[in-house]
Amino acid sequence: MGTWDFEIVIQYFFSFLHAAKMTVCITVIGIAIGIILGLLLALMRISKYKFLSIPAKAYIWIIRGTPLLLQLLMIYFGLVNIIRLGNLPSAFLALGLHNSAYIAEIFRGAIQGVDRGQREAGLSLGMTPGKVMNRIILPQALKRAIPPLSNQLIIALKDSSLASAVAIPELLLYARQMGASNFRTMEMLTVAAVYYLLLTSILTFCSNALEKKLNVSDYKVLE
Amino acid sequence: MIKVLKLNKWFGKNQVLKDIDFEVEENEVVVIIGSSGSGKSTLLRCLNFLEKAQKGSIIIGGEKVTSKSKNLHLIRQEVGMVFQHFNLFPHKTILANVMEGLTQVKKMPFAEAEDIAMELLKKVNMIEKANTYPSMISGGQKQRVAIARALAMSPQIMLFDEPTSALDPELVGEVLKVMKDLAIEGMTMVIVTHEMGFAKEVADRVVYMDCGRIVEEGKPEDIFQNPKEERTREFISQIL
Repeated sequence: MGTWDFEIVIQYFFSFLHAAKMTVCITVIGIAIGIILGLLLALMRISKYKFLSIPAKAYIWIIRGTPLLLQLLMIYFGLVNIIRLGNLPSAFLALGLHNSAYIAEIFRGAIQGVDRGQREAGLSLGMTPGKVMNRIILPQALKRAIPPLSNQLIIALKDSSLASAVAIPELLLYARQMGASNFRTMEMLTVAAVYYLLLTSILTFCSNALEKKLNVSDYKVLE
Repeated sequence: MIKVLKLNKWFGKNQVLKDIDFEVEENEVVVIIGSSGSGKSTLLRCLNFLEKAQKGSIIIGGEKVTSKSKNLHLIRQEVGMVFQHFNLFPHKTILANVMEGLTQVKKMPFAEAEDIAMELLKKVNMIEKANTYPSMISGGQKQRVAIARALAMSPQIMLFDEPTSALDPELVGEVLKVMKDLAIEGMTMVIVTHEMGFAKEVADRVVYMDCGRIVEEGKPEDIFQNPKEERTREFISQIL
């Protein structure tokens, strides 16, 4: 390795674009699975029926208690006997399942954070409990969930680098491969770092804008 | 209209309602008074099953209802409720708050629901604020909207749970006025309140509760001027 050369960083910058796309792709699909599954898990978790709440609790306990990398490897290698998943579907699934547990807890907190009086007001109008959830609780809870969700999205973006362990050419693996071939490892890792920073900055900016637009802070004041 | 027989309710080991027998006739205005912790709010909340009593029965319109009944949401449509903390839906406009029950529970077409809601907002003098959000209006205004929202379901009876307790003193009057107008129109009402002036003026019957029991009930003039029970006398002398 020679001296650190900033020009090489610039020179290689755009060649990383497709790897960045892969990183975004894994993150978006992972989070999408995570949100859908997470909402379902959150509703199961707070259900008064034990046959719903216990499996959800167990699932969240297992997923949050084990590392994402281990989950990814178990899905990629371990499921072979049942179903053969390619490395990309494995990564989508691992990131999705992993995030669903965290997102479930985010939604649960947001749902339980809605003032109890809101539910009572809905019920007293003659709404069924399901309708109260759909029309009254969830719209308020989802809004409250935006700040922690965007936080989770940023974590997921960085966690997508673990997909390099199953040979997916996302930013980190691509940087290491490039570094191995041109012996400019530090520069290549720097390029990847700049991409990660750019992407997380864009996410932060967007979530701040969204928060502002939806006036999330409005709901903190009990009316 | 509503009849409560031997109602008993516990929160954990703490018994908050003890053998409550209570009845409300049609067009009657009943005011429940008592110190905090006497069970008056709990009794009110039992009447539309927001709280579930463990023992005793509640008969609404000749039909015995328990908290296990399948059609609780249908019964609640007939029993309007106004809360101490208003509980307006903050993500909906004032108009949408009043329309919610009509469109979602009564499945009324939007235009028709809007007409009824506007009519009710006019009645509570809130029509100018129809398109604003609850966070933008005062407590007294919120409570008037909450009353309109409950009235939209055309309930047979209205329950008020300390409707003015969370209000600044200067805003109490506007809410009491709306309630008084309702009473004059013949609405059946059960009101838990600390507004003794209002109770004297509007109530047909005053119920005094203490430690989970109904101690005494009667015409307002009897309860306030001539209470039979020592406990009632003590309470009245403390608050007047």
